[in-house]
Amino acid sequence: MTLFGQVGAVTAMNLRTIPQRLASSCVVVVGIAGVVAVLVSVLGITTSLEETLVSTGRSDRAIVLRGGANAEVSSGLSVDETLAIIDAPGIARTADGDAAATVDMVTGVDLEKPDGAAAAISLRGMSAQALSVRSEIELVAGRLYEPGLRELIVGASVQDEFAAVAIGDSVALRESEWTIVGVFTSGDALESGFLTDVDTLLSTYQRTGGSSVTVLLESEDAFDEFRDALTSNPLLSVDVLREVEYYRRQSEGVGDILDVVTTFIAGIMAVGALFAALNTMYAAVSSRAVEIATLRAIGFGPSGVVASVLVEALLLSVAGALLGAAIAWALFSGTTINMGSVVSSIVFRLEVSGGLVAQGIAWACAVGLLGGLLPAVRAARLPVATAIRGL
Amino acid sequence: MTALVTIRDVDKGYVRGKQRVEVLTGINLEVEAGEFLAIMGPSGSGKTTLLNLIGGLDKCDRGAVMVAGERLDKLSSGKLAKWRARHVGFVFQFYNLLPVLSAERNVEVPLLLTKLSGRQRKRNVRAALELVGLGERAKHKPGELSGGQQQRVGIARALVSDPTLLICDEPTGDLDRESSESVLELLELLNRDHGKTIIMVTHDPRAAEHASRLLYVDKGVLSAEPLDSAA
Repeated sequence: MTLFGQVGAVTAMNLRTIPQRLASSCVVVVGIAGVVAVLVSVLGITTSLEETLVSTGRSDRAIVLRGGANAEVSSGLSVDETLAIIDAPGIARTADGDAAATVDMVTGVDLEKPDGAAAAISLRGMSAQALSVRSEIELVAGRLYEPGLRELIVGASVQDEFAAVAIGDSVALRESEWTIVGVFTSGDALESGFLTDVDTLLSTYQRTGGSSVTVLLESEDAFDEFRDALTSNPLLSVDVLREVEYYRRQSEGVGDILDVVTTFIAGIMAVGALFAALNTMYAAVSSRAVEIATLRAIGFGPSGVVASVLVEALLLSVAGALLGAAIAWALFSGTTINMGSVVSSIVFRLEVSGGLVAQGIAWACAVGLLGGLLPAVRAARLPVATAIRGL
Repeated sequence: MTALVTIRDVDKGYVRGKQRVEVLTGINLEVEAGEFLAIMGPSGSGKTTLLNLIGGLDKCDRGAVMVAGERLDKLSSGKLAKWRARHVGFVFQFYNLLPVLSAERNVEVPLLLTKLSGRQRKRNVRAALELVGLGERAKHKPGELSGGQQQRVGIARALVSDPTLLICDEPTGDLDRESSESVLELLELLNRDHGKTIIMVTHDPRAAEHASRLLYVDKGVLSAEPLDSAA
């Protein structure tokens, strides 16, 4: 019989004894399920957030920030700078012949979650041409805000997460009440906040210049012309990025932090699961020492015994991984998550994908292999002559 | 007759703690094909160690162990395992059956190492169980069988691959007198009617009476007479 056949035969015998070792086998399965559930959930947050942010940008749109600013919230442009930007070549025109550009101001609004916790949601003031620039914004209920009035429209994702954000509800901002008059969708990160008229917002904050300017380019190829015109203007100190690049950079920072947190937490749990697997497989080998020695005496080779112990450890690990992935999927897949800072936050939907489950299974297999290796070697090195007598 | 087992000037010892304990010293032995050899001796005399050397479960420190034309002391662990599968059937004192498997599946285990088809394996298993008188208990697990019946399953497992040599380590050590007698008669039948070469270690003089030759091991020395009577 081939080595493969021997492994199959011995593994089948090993697996038949699992009911007699149910408790210790369950420790491995549950331990690894915990690791995989955490890993898949946190990785799900990372990938879903990245996908939401990346899907926000378009390569035929450009965003202009103050030089050195990492994000809109830390950027500020004067009126003169704004006028010079809008006057640059390469910008598409609206039906009315205006530059397809929007001066945006981004700030935060404090909202209360259904559980009473406070969270900051982004509020974006936009120019009148904004809907020409961002054609993905679609009003699905109510009406658009009126310039000069304290009105705003709310993203559909915000309604999924927060209470009291229906049409007609009020939002407190700078000691004044703003009324929600409409609901919009955009299918990207904008949907995680409010939109309003930029001039009304600037006057509320007693500011004159916005945070950024976003323009729709004549084409993707017009970007270089637009950027060069701005960066070569000695009166301007600005950074010009394609919108997709801007949001990719935004996701990188958050993604990197989450990757570190994920690896750290899952790593600690994996070490725990590794010891559980080691303990269980050592106990399994120890309790079956006579059986293993008997098989060795009959003629089963040491490599077959090693492989059979490893296969058992792997099977337990994969069972744990599938259980953990199922837990993560049942508890979190499709859940709306609000993640943000003091200034703004983003609401996105967590998805547990097949790729994430595959990553979880890969981690589990690594734990199973490491946990099974030493007991497997021990099983193969059992002195047959003494082990067979149960000594 | 041809010597199936040839042992020349074999020494074997173990290290226990810081001390080396010599178990067998200067052993010389020949067992011919078709013999039924019983080896007796007090506990700790080295008889099981001798049996393990012949069965390829252990290796000698010095000397040569040749069984079925193979120098066992020269084989690697992997090759020794293959050799055991081909040439030796083991019968253990405590049966060493796999508790989760039925009698027939236990008997089938050595055949998993052969190239026989599933149907051929089943046929051989049935024949082995019939030979030991347990054809009707094929589906029973070891826990559902008496000690004597379990040992018969153990013998069927040892026989099923038609090995050159049967090695029996205290095969009746865990059985009552009636079951012991029945097992010994079975071994005698296998030797007499089927030509099986059997080497059996036992404490029991009544068991040894079933063998065609009797040797004694005491204090690591093999002899034709017990040490006491020799003195």
